[in-house]
Amino acid sequence: MSAEAGPATTARPGVPPAGEPMVPAAYRVARRTAETHDCVSLRLEPAGPAGPRFRPGQFTMLSRPGVGEVAISVSGDPAAGDGSLTQTIRDVGAVSRALCRSRPGDLIGVRGPFGTSWGLETTAGRDLVIVAGGVGLAPLRPAVLGALADRGAYRRVIVVVGARSPAEFLFREQLDAWTATPGLEVELTIDRPDSAWTGPVGFVTEPLARLDLEPARTTALLCGPEPMLRFAADVLLGQGMAAADIRVSLERNMQCGIGLCGHCQLGPLLLCRDGPIVDYARARPLLAIREL
Amino acid sequence: MTGDAGTSGTRAAAPAVLTRAGLDELIAVLVAEGYRVIGPTKSDGEIVLAELSSGAQLPAGWGADSGPGWYRLRRRDDEAVFGHSAGSQSWKQFLHPPRRPLWSADGATFVPAREEPARYAFLGVRACDLAAIATLDTVLGGGRAHQDGSFARRRPGLFVVAAGCTEPGGVCFCASMGTGPRPGPGYDLALTERTGAGGHRFVAEVGSAAGERVLAAVTHRGASPDEAADASAAVDAAAARMGRQMPAVDLRDLLASSRESPAWEDVAQRCLTCGNCTMVCPTCFCTTAEDSTDLAGRAERSQRWASCFELDFSYLHGGSVRASGASRYRQWMTHKLSSWYDQFGGSGCVGCGRCIAWCPVGIDITAEASLLAQLRDAAEQAGEDDPQ
Amino acid sequence: MTGPRPLDGFPVLARLTAAQRAAVAATAREESFPAETVLFTESQPAAGCWLIRDGHVALATPVPGRGLLAVHTLGPGDVLGWSWLVPPCCWRYTATTASPVSAARLDTARLRALADADPALGYPLALGLLEAVARRLQSTRSRLLDLYGSPRER
Repeated sequence: MSAEAGPATTARPGVPPAGEPMVPAAYRVARRTAETHDCVSLRLEPAGPAGPRFRPGQFTMLSRPGVGEVAISVSGDPAAGDGSLTQTIRDVGAVSRALCRSRPGDLIGVRGPFGTSWGLETTAGRDLVIVAGGVGLAPLRPAVLGALADRGAYRRVIVVVGARSPAEFLFREQLDAWTATPGLEVELTIDRPDSAWTGPVGFVTEPLARLDLEPARTTALLCGPEPMLRFAADVLLGQGMAAADIRVSLERNMQCGIGLCGHCQLGPLLLCRDGPIVDYARARPLLAIREL
Repeated sequence: MTGDAGTSGTRAAAPAVLTRAGLDELIAVLVAEGYRVIGPTKSDGEIVLAELSSGAQLPAGWGADSGPGWYRLRRRDDEAVFGHSAGSQSWKQFLHPPRRPLWSADGATFVPAREEPARYAFLGVRACDLAAIATLDTVLGGGRAHQDGSFARRRPGLFVVAAGCTEPGGVCFCASMGTGPRPGPGYDLALTERTGAGGHRFVAEVGSAAGERVLAAVTHRGASPDEAADASAAVDAAAARMGRQMPAVDLRDLLASSRESPAWEDVAQRCLTCGNCTMVCPTCFCTTAEDSTDLAGRAERSQRWASCFELDFSYLHGGSVRASGASRYRQWMTHKLSSWYDQFGGSGCVGCGRCIAWCPVGIDITAEASLLAQLRDAAEQAGEDDPQ
Repeated sequence: MTGPRPLDGFPVLARLTAAQRAAVAATAREESFPAETVLFTESQPAAGCWLIRDGHVALATPVPGRGLLAVHTLGPGDVLGWSWLVPPCCWRYTATTASPVSAARLDTARLRALADADPALGYPLALGLLEAVARRLQSTRSRLLDLYGSPRER
């Protein structure tokens, strides 16, 4: 007779018991950095053993006990190797607000990392075009850091970042440092006219359209609001890129992160498992259907 | 896993016969072995799945009639206990509870919720519902990267007594979905109930080692070849008496190519987005998580059944992706009949017809599928007649 | 300022034949400017257009209390100036170089004469300008959507 598994016990602190993918591991906020007026980066450290290493593009489910749980992309350096997780959260709802307001020492639940990655390992020898709109820069930062850490593996590395205004760029100091980095082509552009900004003014598709690309040797990584993804992808397709060489990070309501709750469906895709990074050949027909 | 419900077809043992008293014995044996026996009972004007302590609780002599938007019991002229089609509940509520606590947090750690260990024995699982249990297995259970903890604990110890269906209901279409009326693999025992000449009896087939062992503890005799043939024929005959059927097209392909069909606006005129269909469907599995706190600062998170018809099911960035009723109905039907293949390798629909009976406005998924097929044919015809 | 350079690679002239492009190039003069050079001023009569080879040019308009606000930036490959073709043929913005700029300046009076005399050149030229303006309109509409705004603001 099969024995029913005994009542679940409190396993090693910080580590959820095997077979309990819905129970978070305990992490503490180690550092809180305000990025913009409504975005905060948290550096989280595990209370117990480190979790699995994340791959650029993946997300975790972060919870503030009693408030809720949301899917947040990992925005830190994939090579950090110290078990910490850096995640950038925008205050758009009750849970994200609670996360943004958390302080060093606070308990945060972490499940994951989950989902597909940008797949840098498949782009060796190619030109990388990385396009970020608004907070879309957060899940792309690990890709840029990963490319910089192995710069010789890629030909051109181009980073195009759009924000609404100068004060709303994430990681501004790092962006400025990247702008001065040889071997990295960086274009920043803002949507709204601002008298304090002497840089380019225009939608993120515009510097993208001016790039002189070799489409057959290029892989593009895109993250930002969905219409921006469509418009930017259109520009790249117009320049001769194959849809399969364009990778987009998609977003839907997520509750479990592990393919069991049904919320994150986009047509046949479960974005927690088949995404969030999806190639545009697969994504394009789905994004074209209203209210899918 | 001990090989309980799940292995079948390898038992070549000849069918046995249980009397009505033998069925009561079977229940008693299962109860004595520590199973919580769940079976049909009559309550509140319908067939309700409840825990049985004895066979006296079975709905002897009750049949059911159903159609779009209605389900009614009627008195039979015999004492059959399985002579009714499915009630609003399905077995999923015992494998995938409507509410379950996930964890609590006391400020320092996350403590998984304790779950009462329970071993279930399901009595009277029709072919459609047996297929539904197998479908839930592919979604929630073993072999996946992440299993649902509750399902993973309850499924291995499950003992299934299937019921061969001889009286399909007005909303049934398991035959056209390929899931019945003969129970497929996955039962420990399968009973086909016969009344009338020869007495009230159950022709029993063994489907697993556990089923063989339990049957051995119950009074039974071997079935004669005529008895076995009669039971088998009755189930086969049921296939020809289904209340309705899906159109004979590739449903996966039909739904995948119908996202812009005018049919969705048409059904949206009727659909209340009440979500009844998802609650009664034996394979709908979506959940939503909820949080609560108490004044002492303890936080808890729990999971409850959710429905893709809920307006905020697809909430994102301040609004819902699927705001219109048409998009939500399209999501449900397309997922059930088409995207399920992409996500889980097969169809999500088992043809039980509950969604038809329990829809307050009587929407019939088979009729909607037929409409989609007709509209697609008409569009193709128009394209052929007027090639641009 | 140097002699005529080919005008290949500018999207606005992509629909022209090589011979037509050469005719257009004959109206061109290469120019270079340091940063913060005003190329034209809002409300002045519009003449000339620039095909930007290198550098960026900001289009701006003065807003009392906010200064001279750049509403759009053009860069390499872009055509600066189409007001010469659209009545009332006055510059709609002030154009200032945001960096050192090199560009091919077209003599639009001669260009119009060429186009009037030869619609087979004028038509694809007009289409190219339409496309450039359409792309800018598309981009401007995207900015209007305020896609990076927070749901809290709505």
